Amino acid sequence: MLSLAWLIPVFPALAWLFIGLSGRKMQNRGSGIAIPAILVSFLFSLIVLVQVAQGQSYHTSFTWLEWPGFQITFGYQIDPLAAMMLTVVTLVSLLVQIYSLGYMQGDSHYSRYYANLSLFTAAMLTLLLADNYLLLLIAWELVGLCSYLLIGHYFRKPGVPQAANKAFLTTRVGDFGFMIALMAIFNATGTFNFQEIFALAQTGAISQGTLVLVTAGLFLGAAGKSAQFPFQVWLPDAMAGPTPVSALIHAATMVAAGVYLIARSLPLYLVTPQVMQVVAWVGGITALLAAAVGLVVNDIKKVLAYSTISQLGYMMLGLGVGAFFPSVFHLMTHAFFKALLFLGAGSVIHAVHTQDMREMGGLARRMPYTTFAFLAGSLALAGVFPFAGFYSKDSILAAVYASGNSVLFWMGVLAAVLTAFYITRAVVLTFWHQPRSHGAEQARESGPVMTVPLLILSGFALTAGWLGADFSGNILGSFLGAEVHLPSSIHHYVTRVATVAALGGIGLAVLTYLFRWFQPSVLIQRFPKSYQLLQQAYYFDQFYNRVFVTGTIRLAGFVAWFDQTVIDGLVNAVGRLGKNSALLVAKMDVLLVDGFIVGFGNSVGRAGDRVRRWQNGLTANYLLSLVWAVLISILTFKLLG
Amino acid sequence: MIPLSWVLALAGLLFGIGLLGALLSTNAVRMLICIELMLNAVNMNLVAFSRYQGMGQAHGEIVALFAMAVGAAEAAVGLAIFVAVARNSKVIDIDKINLLKW
Repeated sequence: MLSLAWLIPVFPALAWLFIGLSGRKMQNRGSGIAIPAILVSFLFSLIVLVQVAQGQSYHTSFTWLEWPGFQITFGYQIDPLAAMMLTVVTLVSLLVQIYSLGYMQGDSHYSRYYANLSLFTAAMLTLLLADNYLLLLIAWELVGLCSYLLIGHYFRKPGVPQAANKAFLTTRVGDFGFMIALMAIFNATGTFNFQEIFALAQTGAISQGTLVLVTAGLFLGAAGKSAQFPFQVWLPDAMAGPTPVSALIHAATMVAAGVYLIARSLPLYLVTPQVMQVVAWVGGITALLAAAVGLVVNDIKKVLAYSTISQLGYMMLGLGVGAFFPSVFHLMTHAFFKALLFLGAGSVIHAVHTQDMREMGGLARRMPYTTFAFLAGSLALAGVFPFAGFYSKDSILAAVYASGNSVLFWMGVLAAVLTAFYITRAVVLTFWHQPRSHGAEQARESGPVMTVPLLILSGFALTAGWLGADFSGNILGSFLGAEVHLPSSIHHYVTRVATVAALGGIGLAVLTYLFRWFQPSVLIQRFPKSYQLLQQAYYFDQFYNRVFVTGTIRLAGFVAWFDQTVIDGLVNAVGRLGKNSALLVAKMDVLLVDGFIVGFGNSVGRAGDRVRRWQNGLTANYLLSLVWAVLISILTFKLLG
Repeated sequence: MIPLSWVLALAGLLFGIGLLGALLSTNAVRMLICIELMLNAVNMNLVAFSRYQGMGQAHGEIVALFAMAVGAAEAAVGLAIFVAVARNSKVIDIDKINLLKW
């Protein structure tokens, strides 16, 4: 059965091809093809998951390109990590696509939306199955393309194309690092295959310098894809896409690809501890800074976007201290509860027709299922026992604590407090108190196609963490073959700290926003500069605009000027030189060459004119000429002897 | 026997008379007669050389006979042309017959 696993990405790819080629004939029936395709993929993934759990694994490859001196093989491998991710991706994709039936109803580009979602899913699944970096890069770029297409779904709305471009270009910057890493690794080893590269790296066959270049490059790519500091700017703007897209791509799957890449390449990072330090610090800084921005943002989707950045920072932090299992565990639980939160937000946006939380409020009574689901997702995100985030975030924090880096540990804890605070704030602002706008007053609960996926995901948000919990015997850890055995004293300590952090954050937010014991505006007036700093997300956009965008435009202007004056000047000068020398040659031609030829012709003509006078018709003259000729001949012969 | 130089001198005299006549006469018929005279002077030379230095062979005589035949033909053609010209233009003055020129 595992030998058929390559079919998993093929179904959505076929769906994409079919919907895409049908064009306008498809009208609004695209979902009827995309959803069965992803359902089949999901069932296949489940079978694969079960078989891998029974201890099977699979790897196959074929030669894709052969050249004298090197060959590139493609193939796919199924190991526990891939099997788990396949299931998560197909499940979330399936639920999102079902949810989209309601959310995207009546959209003028309904089928295109489903085609792009199918292509995205196919690419993401290929990325997970890839057994080598090159195939992974191809899939990586494909998911980036789909992200671009889906962010730009409402391309007629102002600002949306710019957001799509920004997402694409920002990740491209990181992808340069990825490609450099690939060139370096291929140069050093002559293969792209994961296992071969890891084996070579562990035996020390690859020089340390190359390994640092490779791991740093891969991390650049991963940071771009996972919106890590300093590439985090694109993810909040990516919220311009439809909300289910944000749930699937910009929360659950694609942005997690960066974490997946680092997790896959962890054997390389383990032999380059200096790069691991960078990964850990970037993760920690991202987790903290993004969570802080989440405190002040008023757009519900942007809160979740910054939350995603922050949570991905956690995963990077975990990988940076070498904690494979906690990061992958958090990646899995996060996929469920963040998709849930986004879909819940989508349900709210669908009902209220705004994304601004200041215009919501009081939705708990009007949208009970959505409220329930959003609350479950929020508790999971905040890390409240027994929700999923509690277990996965704890295991990351425990791993960081065990690594001995207390600064990073307390950064993580502080980020956890902020996380609990901002998500509680979002819940209270959205669902409690009185409606603050006409849209909120008129809000109606979404239909079952939207609420059922929400409830299913709520179940996962509650239970997904149990897979990695101690009381269940850490099923996931043993499945992944990466159990972590930390002293239980650390575990207890970290659990207590994290619970205090989560409850503290929630409590503060409840007091501030629900009971209004404290007016946030007082703080804002007290510290306007700090508020503005957060509100503007540390002025990264402005800084990038000033430095990179304006710089690029200036550079382009200079290049255009250089082109128009210097290059064009040179070209024009050469042109003029050619033209003038041609004119000179033409003049010479007229004067000398033509003059010679015409003159020669004329002189022959004149000579002929002279000579023909001899023929004057007088016979006596001819005769005289003859006489003279004979006489001269005779004389000549006589004289010459 | 008469020396060769005498015969050659006579032939030269005849040729000179013919040449001058051909150059100076304006009557076409007279010119033709003068040309015949020059031909015959040449024939005389040929025969004389053959007689005095021919070593018993008659090459000169044969060429002279050939020249006579050609001269007869030439006279016939020339006279025929003159008759045709005279019929056309009523003139036989060689200086007036000058249509064939540049």
